Amino acid sequence: MLISCPHCGPRDVSEFTYQGDGNRVRPDHASTDIGAWNAYVYDRVNIAGEHNEIWQHSGGCRMHLSVTRNTLTHKISSSTPVQAARPTQKAARKSRTKA
Amino acid sequence: MVDTVSPLEPVLNRGRFANTAAQTGVVISEPAPGSIVQLAAWPDTDQKVREAIASVLKLNLDNSPGAGAVSGHRAAFNIAPRRYLLAEEDEGLAERLLSIVPADVGSVTDLSHGRTAIRIDGEKSEWILAKFFAVDFSLARFPVGQGVSTSHHDIFTQIQRRSETTFDLYVFRSFARSFWRSLCHASEETGYEIR
Ligand SMILES: [Zn+2]
Repeated sequence: MLISCPHCGPRDVSEFTYQGDGNRVRPDHASTDIGAWNAYVYDRVNIAGEHNEIWQHSGGCRMHLSVTRNTLTHKISSSTPVQAARPTQKAARKSRTKA
Repeated sequence: MVDTVSPLEPVLNRGRFANTAAQTGVVISEPAPGSIVQLAAWPDTDQKVREAIASVLKLNLDNSPGAGAVSGHRAAFNIAPRRYLLAEEDEGLAERLLSIVPADVGSVTDLSHGRTAIRIDGEKSEWILAKFFAVDFSLARFPVGQGVSTSHHDIFTQIQRRSETTFDLYVFRSFARSFWRSLCHASEETGYEIR
């Protein structure tokens, strides 16, 4: 599997570290909404298809990436610096509903 | 200044170690630069940091990923967005950079005692490195001066091409002896010389 790093170009997956589901959004630090924290920690969509993921090019430029990977084919359809692609609260709520 | 002690001393056995056809395809050596420094810029100061590299090392880098340059005993290359690895024969490079790179322009990290440089030279150098790293080392894709940050079994290696047949590899000091041994083993097939 190759992941195309926006800085380094296409590189072997062995240089990257998976950092989890890219759909979840951390509740506000002050939040006491137990449901929101529960969803943040445990709820995963487990999609068969295009999945929004966070990866780090840990064995390269160390950039954090927002990656769209097809869980059925491993085809990577997009890879962007994570700062440019933080999921919105709305998208997170949508993925929680699906879960 | 504290002397840099090479971790390679116990394994750096100079001589020719030919393959079964009596050939030596690569020469492996320790360039032992006096200074190895990482220089990092803030999001809006990349240009200024590259100007500092040009002023101190007389090496001009463009802003493309992995861009680098070598001249004599001076080397610089891009290792990540807005981050550069610099090496020079003389000690004290970090101090000279600190004098012209204030904290609001970039950060200077002296890695002289933290990294070990290993040089592999010869017509088989690309072939040997391809055994370790999932990187295209062909001259067309990886021209002279170009650098790359990659890893071998999850351990970082930063590599710069010095000439058509020469590569300098920067590895963690504590990992250098083990990596040196691996490099020698990988070179048994082509034969090697340690200088
Ligand atoms: Zn990268």
